[in-house]
Amino acid sequence: MPETEITAEPGTSQVVVSREFDAPRDLVFRCFTDPDLIPRWLGPRELTTRVEEYDLKDGGRYRYVHVDAEGNEYAFRGVFHGDPAPELTVQTFEFEGMPGHVALEAVTMTESGGRTRVRTLSSFQSVEDRDGIIASGMEVGVRDSDERLAELLTELR
Amino acid sequence: MALDQLSLVFGALADPTRRAILARLAGGDATVAELSGPFAMSQPAISKHLKVLENAGLISRSRRATARLSHLEARPMRDATDWLASYRQFWEASHERLDELLAELQNSNGEPDARDRDHR
Repeated sequence: MPETEITAEPGTSQVVVSREFDAPRDLVFRCFTDPDLIPRWLGPRELTTRVEEYDLKDGGRYRYVHVDAEGNEYAFRGVFHGDPAPELTVQTFEFEGMPGHVALEAVTMTESGGRTRVRTLSSFQSVEDRDGIIASGMEVGVRDSDERLAELLTELR
Repeated sequence: MALDQLSLVFGALADPTRRAILARLAGGDATVAELSGPFAMSQPAISKHLKVLENAGLISRSRRATARLSHLEARPMRDATDWLASYRQFWEASHERLDELLAELQNSNGEPDARDRDHR
């Protein structure tokens, strides 16, 4: 079972999310960039995702909205810098709930033996931005925190 | 929890000895002597680690006769796990769905170019 690796070193303003998929790179890239396919995987199942704009080109804009079960909407938007390609896609990322706190994302996809590793490096403007956006923008489907604490302590043993 | 406090917590958790100390304290309060037992480390070295943990709010210390007792404080740890856990959960859930979507697309499309008729 492939694992989603998340690296968020304390005191830095970057986060790296890395994951391997059992599919060729072109297909993975298509899932990341086809506005019809994005809602089929981006976000946990309890959220519905609406892609409102997705102009995959140098200077093109994207905007998508996550809607939770209560109808609350969380919108994200950004702009592509340079021609988006499987080797490298550079884009800005902004949670509209925190306007101005724009992050820069570099997505690289590398294929080996028919499998594709996707690595997303997100650079925020400050440590506070990174920690704040991660804490506030992704508050969905969180399990009971005591349960997680117990798991963490087990892991630390 | 203030974000600089969160940084202190993550800094404190970055060290394997300190994580082992926390795991030990999860089983109950302990003195410096008791904590240094399992480690090939002097009591002053352990005391330094305890100071880092105390600054991060991960432990509190009290006196029992002449010994200082360390006590695990669960709250900052809980805040720290909350912080990354929701983000991790978001991406893990998304990636699992993407696994399924990729499998479905590969099964339905015998020829790689067949996809174009749907989306282009």
